Amino acid sequence: MVKKTSQRISVASLDDLVNVAGASQEQEQQYRYHICICVAAGCISQNSDAVRDALIAEVEARGLEDEVQVKGVGCMGLCAAGPLVRVDPDGIVYQSVTVDDVPAILDSLENGPVEKLILPQDIPFFERQQKIVLENCGIIDPEAITEYIAAGGYLALHKALTEMTPSEVIDVVTRSGLRGRGGGGYPAGLKWVTVAKAESETKYVICNADEGDPGAFMDRSVLESDPHRVIEGMAIAGYAVGANKGYIYVRAEYPLAVERLELAIKQARWAGILGNGVFSTTFDFAIEVRLGAGAFVCGEETALIASIEGRRGVPRPRPPYPADYGLWGQPTLINNVETFANVAPIIRNGSDWFAEIGTEKSKGTKVFALAGQIVNTGLIEVPMGITLREIVFDIGGGLPDGRNYKAVQTGGPSGGCVPEQFLDMPVDYESLREVGSFMGSGGMIVMDDSSSMVEVARYFMEFSMTESCGKCIPCRTGTRQMYDLLSKVVAGEASQSELNLLVELGDLLQNTCLCGLGKAAPNPVVSTMQYFEDEYLERLVDDNGSADEPAGES
Amino acid sequence: MPAQATAETSAADKRWKLVEATMRRNGYRPDALIETLHTVQGVFGYIDREALKFVAERLPVSPSQIFGVVTFYHYFQMKPQGRHTCSVCTGTACHIKGSKALLDDIEAHYDLKDGQTTPDDKVSLLTVRCIGACGLAPAAVFDGEVEGSVTPDLLHERLDNWLAEEDEGNGEEN
Repeated sequence: MVKKTSQRISVASLDDLVNVAGASQEQEQQYRYHICICVAAGCISQNSDAVRDALIAEVEARGLEDEVQVKGVGCMGLCAAGPLVRVDPDGIVYQSVTVDDVPAILDSLENGPVEKLILPQDIPFFERQQKIVLENCGIIDPEAITEYIAAGGYLALHKALTEMTPSEVIDVVTRSGLRGRGGGGYPAGLKWVTVAKAESETKYVICNADEGDPGAFMDRSVLESDPHRVIEGMAIAGYAVGANKGYIYVRAEYPLAVERLELAIKQARWAGILGNGVFSTTFDFAIEVRLGAGAFVCGEETALIASIEGRRGVPRPRPPYPADYGLWGQPTLINNVETFANVAPIIRNGSDWFAEIGTEKSKGTKVFALAGQIVNTGLIEVPMGITLREIVFDIGGGLPDGRNYKAVQTGGPSGGCVPEQFLDMPVDYESLREVGSFMGSGGMIVMDDSSSMVEVARYFMEFSMTESCGKCIPCRTGTRQMYDLLSKVVAGEASQSELNLLVELGDLLQNTCLCGLGKAAPNPVVSTMQYFEDEYLERLVDDNGSADEPAGES
Repeated sequence: MPAQATAETSAADKRWKLVEATMRRNGYRPDALIETLHTVQGVFGYIDREALKFVAERLPVSPSQIFGVVTFYHYFQMKPQGRHTCSVCTGTACHIKGSKALLDDIEAHYDLKDGQTTPDDKVSLLTVRCIGACGLAPAAVFDGEVEGSVTPDLLHERLDNWLAEEDEGNGEEN
């Protein structure tokens, strides 16, 4: 276990960073074995914290404290098989570990692996991934700044501050081709340039960690597993655009992520990495955490800003964009957790390295959360341009119990359903949009043929309806009307003319709503109608409402 | 804004001091409001009119604005909750894996709907929009503890245990 006081270190220079890294590695090497157990939310809800305590107790009972280190690490990805335990240096991973398995795991150090618990590492789930954002997840202790530094952490910030000008930093980010990972895919470099050029004494950096899409948990895992990476990315961004203050807006529904973030900020402040004179330079940067309070619309940047200011999270028309007029009217850079998590590796390894990964227009990797009817539910990171088939059937292991693939839903309530005929399409921002879906923040929900697509469309419309902030009429009233019409379709009471009305309303919302929530709310309806029209038609009744003959005219 | 502990509500109640501390830490600025409301709900369990007034007297924000904020965000509750809370996740993954059936089951067996509390004030049922435990769908939170792959049996076990608990000895036996 990491002692909290050992995390109170000071790093003022490159030498200090190297020394801390060396000391941390040396300390690791004192042990012959490291038993790493996942203590991110997925495994904790399967009692991994009890397993960790049992492991510590058993190590002590056997008098092995000097040989065996037990440590909590972040997400290892395969949540379906949790709690996960890895024994290093051999890298053997055990799945579904319970407290009862603890003695056997310690016996295994002498007698060889516990066969019945082994999770093979040569399966596609592990082999096909490429990790940049998640490189430390499941490896380091998220509550130890020393381990982050030992893994090369904060070198990029140091490099940016001491060897590069702000415009050089922006140039590297621009040339890397990094695009916003929150969903829209706006080029990060372009946003940074705009904020850097805005003239103001005071500027802000905001990290959007209001991961509201139901079915998405990428940001939560990054914050719980490697919080320092996000802090480093934000500090580099602050230096690049000329901001001295950052806010992380995180959901109150993620208490563990909040706790680890606050601890990480405190450790960074103690170390002199945040605060006045970062790394003894003239650059000051402070970060504060702000809690959301359960409003999906606060993922929209102007609503998020309103919420940080302590008001109702209601969006306002853009322009002016936050890059010119953001938090308290000052130029503000807003990026998502995963975007910031990519920054340090890009500065460390250069823009060419990053630009080589992915497709022509979508560079780098993307983290996806796999859930729904899929064998390997969990968190994955893959290069952009990989096909959906590889994600669902190779990495995801296909559908359980011989179920049949019907669609994968991406982009949450703003996205759509991708049917079987597009399984071989490369996954990037443009291709997903072409087939009527949306990258979104990265949730992928696999559905089998028992799912009714009209039901699914209604589910998302209900979501958008209840989450509408009520400011603009097309969204406030339109989502309600669309929801009512969908309910009629589900109940088998809608007519063709009502279906036409649904389409018309969808078009209206897409073109007239104030913000992304309303504009994108019809997407699930549009995409399911496009690919699963039969399911709508077979539920229709005649216009006079009497006969229940399918109204299948073209 | 100077803080004057004139209101009798603040008298000797430690919990009000925690609320006060949050406001102070945020410099009694208007943007302290949401952080303050989180503290209120954290220490009292809900935000009532008295709390609303207390905050309005200290922050440069009007009671009506505070009311607007409290009712805008789903996370804030204006009614007291039961001794225990069960929050069923209704995110997409949980929906696909049957969270609706779980809610129907609770309604059928316990006559409890989203947002309601049992008449003996022991259990409140809530729904949440995705707690990010999608890999373990369907998920529910029992008194702050996340549980994955929830079945009706597990729900019954937890709820029955809570309902069978003795009434708390608040001086009076009942």
